[in-house]
Amino acid sequence: MGATIIEKIVRRNTGIENAKAGDIVTVNVDRVMIHDIFIPFVKEKFEEMGFTKLWDPDKVVLIYDHLVPASQVDDTRHFRIGNEFVEKYGMKNIHRSDGICHQLMTEAGYVKPGNIVFGTDSHTTTYGCVGAFSSGVGYTEMASILGTGTMWIKVPETIKVTIDGKLPSDVMSKDIILKLIGDLGADGATYKALEFSGSTVENMTVASRMAMANMAIEAGAKCALFTPDEKTAEYCEMELTDAERSLVGDEDAVYCQEIHYRAEDFVRVLACPSQVDNIQPVSSWTGTEIDQVFIGSCTNGRLEDLERAAAVLKGKKVAPFVKLIVTPASRKIYREADANGTLQILAEAGAIITHPGCGLCCGRTGGILTDGERVVATNNRNFLGRMGTSKVEIFLASPETAARCAIEGKIN
Amino acid sequence: MGTIFRFHTDVDTDQIIASQYLLYPTIDEMKAHTFESLDPTFAERVKVGDYVVAAENFGCGSSREQAPSVLKALGVKAVIAKSFARIFYRNAINIGLPVIVCRELYDAVEDQDEMELYLDQGIIKTGDKEFSCTRLPAQMQKILDQGGLIASLNEEE
Repeated sequence: MGATIIEKIVRRNTGIENAKAGDIVTVNVDRVMIHDIFIPFVKEKFEEMGFTKLWDPDKVVLIYDHLVPASQVDDTRHFRIGNEFVEKYGMKNIHRSDGICHQLMTEAGYVKPGNIVFGTDSHTTTYGCVGAFSSGVGYTEMASILGTGTMWIKVPETIKVTIDGKLPSDVMSKDIILKLIGDLGADGATYKALEFSGSTVENMTVASRMAMANMAIEAGAKCALFTPDEKTAEYCEMELTDAERSLVGDEDAVYCQEIHYRAEDFVRVLACPSQVDNIQPVSSWTGTEIDQVFIGSCTNGRLEDLERAAAVLKGKKVAPFVKLIVTPASRKIYREADANGTLQILAEAGAIITHPGCGLCCGRTGGILTDGERVVATNNRNFLGRMGTSKVEIFLASPETAARCAIEGKIN
Repeated sequence: MGTIFRFHTDVDTDQIIASQYLLYPTIDEMKAHTFESLDPTFAERVKVGDYVVAAENFGCGSSREQAPSVLKALGVKAVIAKSFARIFYRNAINIGLPVIVCRELYDAVEDQDEMELYLDQGIIKTGDKEFSCTRLPAQMQKILDQGGLIASLNEEE
């Protein structure tokens, strides 16, 4: 009997040769990520549990991103407690202003194909873009991993999603994942893994795969997995081993559901207020006036996203009453976009370019909205109150769509 | 008996406790803002021993453990839903908040009805009706019985 990607990863990690969906197993954790919002609670629980040392300080990464730079005076408490934790337990992997956690974990080389990784953030599913099993946990569970290096999991069943063909030129991977979430529903993949394959996926950049893996949680998924290939190897700056190359779903693996799409059938879509699974074509909202556009986040703040927006905005101007906020996902991306002229094009079009970080996506800094305002945003959640008051309408879209909307001042 | 506070489907963690309150140093300071965007009076009205009842996918969204924690801190005895989002479910068990799957209850009750949960028997009673609810997986029941993950880890040592 063949195996799914997640079954192969679990087997390799645990040494349990026949581990399969539904089994409860204890895995050895390869890496963990903690961000600034939850570090005070992780520290408190870790010490409450009676642990006195980290199971492996090299495997722990602390990233300040949600609160950087501080927007409220109390925010700095999180940095102070985080710094104390780093000092006390001998950690070396800390990023204080390098960008968003989910960008840095793969960009800085902390996650490799086949790894098992947990983070104190639901979008930890992102690392499936390089073929890692990664998922979000709460701070108590994180504290337990920090002390033991292990975590019990139920091996998830897998939904296989195959996409073949060539995408229309205005469609991005964001449109694919939004469409899938709409089709599955916000709980359609709960407790399950998503496994992506097909020629469209094979031809996609790692950055495009990241946008898809990032949003797997919006359908409830435990993780999302892409088979490591040459693009992955180049991105991770490594040679793939045979074991890593073999992280592909077998022909005779057992899937709980199989979904096929033709790439040519995709159109630009929006996740409409206030559910991520409320997916409608952009065309059905054309002309709706907007107040703000946000291009950034761990979903779509990568170089290719900024370049795509720049291609749309080149030589044009943002509508006078619209604020276009662009937030590169990391310092590296910021530098690259600066060096290749992308930031200049965006700035000339009238964009407000901010420091790398979570920025507006978590509703704390840089462009909070108020009652009756409408925003088109490239991030991953349009929940009530996410980017300001609960009477803000948030439409999620691709960078292509977001840039088009910024020019018109309307959904376009 | 406890009072039912009845919520809809896809209640997300931002609705349970919004991001801006996560920076408060303690759960006790956060709890007054529970469900604020849906019902600003919830935190004042809910009493120790009351229940939250919801439809599908309760607790979807972020990994914030503050979501089950504020409910527990307000004295909510259990959350009973048709289904739960994965991270919320696991977090709730880890902090010792019972999360119970019952497919039938939601459609049979109104907001502010009275009910009682008999966890050991897996039974819910409300008015003259009785419902059976799904038991937790053994691994999770054990953690819950021990009072959450911290107590459970200390027990193992």
